[in-house]
Amino acid sequence: MPSVANSLFRALADPTRRAIFERLTRDGEQTVHALTERAGVSQPMVSKHLSALKRARLVRNRRHGRETHYRARPEALAPLVDWIGDYGVFWQSRFDRLGELLERMDK
Amino acid sequence: MTTPDTSTRSVIVEKEFPHPPEKVWRALTESSLIEQWLLKNDFQPVAGHSFRLSRDPMPNWNGVIDCQVITVEPCRALSYTWGALGMESVVTFTLTPTDAGTHVRMEQSGFRPDQGANYKGAQYGWQRFMGNLERVVAGLE
Repeated sequence: MPSVANSLFRALADPTRRAIFERLTRDGEQTVHALTERAGVSQPMVSKHLSALKRARLVRNRRHGRETHYRARPEALAPLVDWIGDYGVFWQSRFDRLGELLERMDK
Repeated sequence: MTTPDTSTRSVIVEKEFPHPPEKVWRALTESSLIEQWLLKNDFQPVAGHSFRLSRDPMPNWNGVIDCQVITVEPCRALSYTWGALGMESVVTFTLTPTDAGTHVRMEQSGFRPDQGANYKGAQYGWQRFMGNLERVVAGLE
């Protein structure tokens, strides 16, 4: 399982971060102020969460005047879905090995 | 608190083996045999038994999968939880005898954070997030 997915899990492990990320996905680009009004935590906390999301490449930001605007990068979630799909590949190969083992058990 | 299983993600692998269910069952439930096709383990076919599967460590992960046996129906069904990287799922094997041997179905489903992470995430459900995630990723193409 790739470490890319692992860093995504860490970034999304916090419920406030998930809520912020989802709001950006749903409502489009927003300022830190707008996010803070609805996040239920202080602006420094929101900024901290946004930094963590940015490190995981889940959001990107741009400055406009005094405000910083954030938008979601939903494509960054792809490794997470791939990670679950990886289990399909994993089990397929293990089933092949199970077949080989069953043959060996005959002897 | 009830957590409805709204996760639509699951992994299913099915295969028919030219061997009787009794033999397949041994391969699924005897520790030394499990190691030969799946992973190193301290499995015991006892409901409630906690065990570990271990793969080679990799960056950011020690390779340990924490499991607990849920169902043991000899020669018919076996299920256990599968916890790795803070995500828990359930693995279920179902054996069905056929004319040529045994049909084996493995389903891994219900991906969600393990109990600790789930507790922290209670105020914002991970299940819902996974459902939304599906939609988001489906919309990428």
